[in-house]
Order: sequence, then structure tokens, then C-alpha cells
Amino acid sequence: MKIINEMNDLFIILTASLVAINASVLGVFLVLRKMSMMGDAISHSVLPGIVVAYYFSGDRTSPLLLLGATITGVLTAVLIDWLSSKAKIQNDASIGITYTLLFALGMIMISGWFSGNVDIDLDCVLYGDIALINLDKVIVDENLYLGPSAFLIELSATVIVLLFVFFGFRGFKLLAFNEDFGLSLGMNMNRWHFVMMGLVSLVTVVSFEVVGAVLVVGFLIIPAATAHLLTNKLIPMIFWACGLGVIAVIIGFYLAVWLNVSYTGAMVTVSGLLFFTVVLVVVLRKKRLSGEYLH
Amino acid sequence: MKKEVSVEVHNLTATYGGRPVLWDIDFSLPAGQIIGIIGPNGSGKTTLLKAIMGILEPSSGYVKVFDKPLDEVRERVAYVPQRESVDWDFPASVFDVVMMGRYRKSNLLKRTNKADVEIVEKSIEKVGLTEFKNRQISQLSGGQQQRVFIARALAQKADIYLMDEPFVGVDAATESSILSILQEMRKEGKTVLIIHHDLQTVSEYFDYLVLLNTRLVAKGTLQEVLTKENLSNAYGGQLTLLAKVVDIIKKTEFPIREKDVDL
Repeated sequence: MKIINEMNDLFIILTASLVAINASVLGVFLVLRKMSMMGDAISHSVLPGIVVAYYFSGDRTSPLLLLGATITGVLTAVLIDWLSSKAKIQNDASIGITYTLLFALGMIMISGWFSGNVDIDLDCVLYGDIALINLDKVIVDENLYLGPSAFLIELSATVIVLLFVFFGFRGFKLLAFNEDFGLSLGMNMNRWHFVMMGLVSLVTVVSFEVVGAVLVVGFLIIPAATAHLLTNKLIPMIFWACGLGVIAVIIGFYLAVWLNVSYTGAMVTVSGLLFFTVVLVVVLRKKRLSGEYLH
Repeated sequence: MKKEVSVEVHNLTATYGGRPVLWDIDFSLPAGQIIGIIGPNGSGKTTLLKAIMGILEPSSGYVKVFDKPLDEVRERVAYVPQRESVDWDFPASVFDVVMMGRYRKSNLLKRTNKADVEIVEKSIEKVGLTEFKNRQISQLSGGQQQRVFIARALAQKADIYLMDEPFVGVDAATESSILSILQEMRKEGKTVLIIHHDLQTVSEYFDYLVLLNTRLVAKGTLQEVLTKENLSNAYGGQLTLLAKVVDIIKKTEFPIREKDVDL
């Protein structure tokens, strides 16, 4: 019994660490592009896509679900871009309007149109439940336990994200630093933007069961923002972000066990506290340096 | 021998939010010269450069570079955006940014090779930033940041360079560094288009001028463009500027008749 419990704990930590890695890698680019709220927008607006795909597939782990949600996420990005560039609506207003509208549509679908056929409840979408991932085990050959399905889905997302970032590194870097220069080289920067938004959608969708649509934003943004304070090189920033994300997951997990509170809540809290510690150190050091300057 | 044409702009009109920024611009520019694009604030200088570079879709008209559509000659054209257009807190070193000048559609998914590294290091040396090669770009002065952008354009190994306000807010060292690079480029037969707004220095920097105010006011040699009539057409009611016009014309050192000076 003890071994099973330890195994379950291990998979909770591993799955949450993969969420942290996926989110941090993309979060670095979102933070550098000053598009942090885009993660928030996408994570909420994929809801109607999830509901529709679930309605047709009847299965919460269906690939159709990922596809549907990823498409909704990219559509969100297209709509936000269109509102701010063509209709000249302020960018933050475009984001606020688009994602609340889509999320509200998703709510209507769950509570009205598809109720009875769709077994999704809003609490699950908003908060996820990482403690439940071990209920859905993937076992092959009748006795070989590969891990909870959430872990395996998360792992495939990690492979996809890392491949895209590895091969698309230059494209994403141009997009984040100097989009106009990329255009002047004849690159299709819109395509890079939508590839990135597709990845963000994918990561938020696969994570919503685990950490929920609200706190996934913390996984996206907090480690990346902390890493930005710690280094001024791009590749180290990505590694720092992943490392900080995983550390927050591990500390958060044991804190949650100790205090008997929500796992995800504790993980994001630790992440936020790490951020504020680093901010404090940076501010104090700056003060000391400028103090030395004066003397 | 027919003089080579670097950039041709035909009936170019561009709008922003329904308001024309550029109206029916039509000109062709010579190759191998340092060309200044001047005009008052909001006269569409940056828009013109972006339209030539294909960053911005014009409402009508088209652009040709070396007698070809831009997409066929992209690798012969380098672009230096305004320094303020990017976030210099971005985690990159001088070397990283200059390396972007070696990015091509064909190598975007690849890693850097040795030849690229060599070109990048030479470009950094040309702008005098070798000792800052590994420094993070936020730790540079404004002038040094401008030189990073120039080095990135040099690394593109182009034949024509489009620069948006490279002289804004730079120190004397950077100014003279840019000027000597420009001289060298001219010697090599390269064409440089520079947006500039300081009329006082126009005659020191450029061989050829384009004077813009939504429409094309004038283009040609300094003597042809810097006349009282052209400048007052472009700068309109800006009286303080008009008072300076005489000074500027004097600076270009061609004879001015007494009655012209007597404004």
C-alpha cells in the first residue's frame, strides 16, 4: 500500500513538473513579447472548443479534444489580433472582450445546450484536480503500468513543445525581439506568431485537467518572469524558468501535504513567493550599488 | 551608360486608420549614393521606408528594387529600424543581435556556421564594439545600441541599406563611426537610404535628397532640393524652421542672391 502511495505521489510531482516545463518554455517568449495576458486569454477561451470536441468524441482524452481546443486557442489569437489591428480596439480591451465572450459561450454550452451529454464541470475546468490524475491509469500488456494518462499526455506535449522551440528558436527569437526586422528578411512572422499561439493553446488544454485554466497562467508567467530577473541571456533564461517551475512544484507538493491544502494552489504560491524573493534581492542589490555609487 | 537605379517607387499610397500617410509617391533613386529622406514629423518617412521594405502593405502602388520585385532581391537589402522600436532589455548579447543579420529564410531552422560567425565578428569590429561583443544589450549606451543595429545590417552583406533615424540621440563617437562607415559603403558602390530629421546636418551627410510631406515635395541633388521654395512647401507654416532655411541654404555653399536672403 505504501509503495502505491509513493508511486502516486511521484506521478503527481512528475506530471506537475512537466506542466511547469511546458508552460515555462513558452512563458519565456510570452513574457519577452509582453503578452502575458495572452496566456490567460487562451487558457479560458479554449473552453467552447473543449466542450464541442467532447460532445462529439464523448471521451475526455480524445485527440479530437486537443485539436478542437488548440484550434479555438488559435482562433482567439486571430480574433484578438484582428480587433486590435483592424478595428483599432485597444489591445488589452481586445483580450478582455474576446476571452470572456468565448468562456461565457463555453459556460452556456456546459450548463444548457449540451448538459447531460457532456460530463465536464466548471470547477474541473477552472481549478483542475491533480490529486485525481492517478485514477486514470494507462496499463499495457495487462500488467505494465506506464503511468497516469495525464502524465503521458503531458509528456507528449513536452516533446512537441521542445521540438518546436529547438527548431524554431531563431524564428521565435526574431518574433520576440524585432518582428519588423523579421518581416524585412521576408519571413512570415504571422505564421510564427500563430505557431506560438497554437503551442500555448496546446499546453493550456493538456494542463487544464491537472492545474486548471486559472492557475496555468501562473505556471506560464511566474517562473519566466523570475528567470528574466536572474539572467540576461535567452537560453539560460529558458533553463532557469524550467528549473524554477520544477522547484516550485516540488516544494509546493510537500507544503501541500504538510498543511493538507490544495496541491496546485501551494505550487503556484511557492512560485510566487520565489518571484517576490528574487525581486526583493534585485531591488536591494540595486539600492546598495547606487548607494556605493554615491559614496 | 545608363545610370543604375536602386529603388523605384510607383504611385505609392499608404493610409493609417483611413487617413493618407503617403499620397501618390512616385520616384526612382540612383545607386551608389548616400540618400537622405527628410521631411517634418508625421510626413510619412518611416512609412515610406517600411513600404519599400515590404513591412507594410501599401493601399496602392508598388516598389521595385534593382528593377525587380522586392521578394526576388531581399538578400540584397538590409534594414535598420528605429532604435526605440525594440525593447533593449531583451536577453541578448551584442553578438546575438548582430547574428540576426545572418538569418535567412533558408537557414532559419538551422544552427550558426563558422562563416557566419566570422562575418558577424567583422561587422562588430567595423562599428568598434569588439570589446563589448558579449555584453548584454541593455548595458550599452544609446549610441552603442545604434551601432549594434548598424553592425547587424552590415552582417547582412547587402547592396542597399535602409536606415530609420540612425543619428537620433547618438554620441559624437557613434556619429563619426556611422559617417565613416557610410563613406566606406559609398566607396564600395553601395546605396544607403537614411531617414533624417535634422536639417542642419543634411548637407554634411548626404549626396542626394528626397523631401517628403505626405506627397513628394522634391528629390535630387542638394542644390536642387534645398531651395527656399521646396523647404517652405514641405515645412509649411513652421516659421521658426523657415527662419533657419536661409542658414541651411548658406551651408550648402552655393550662391544666393541678395533678395532671396532678405526674407
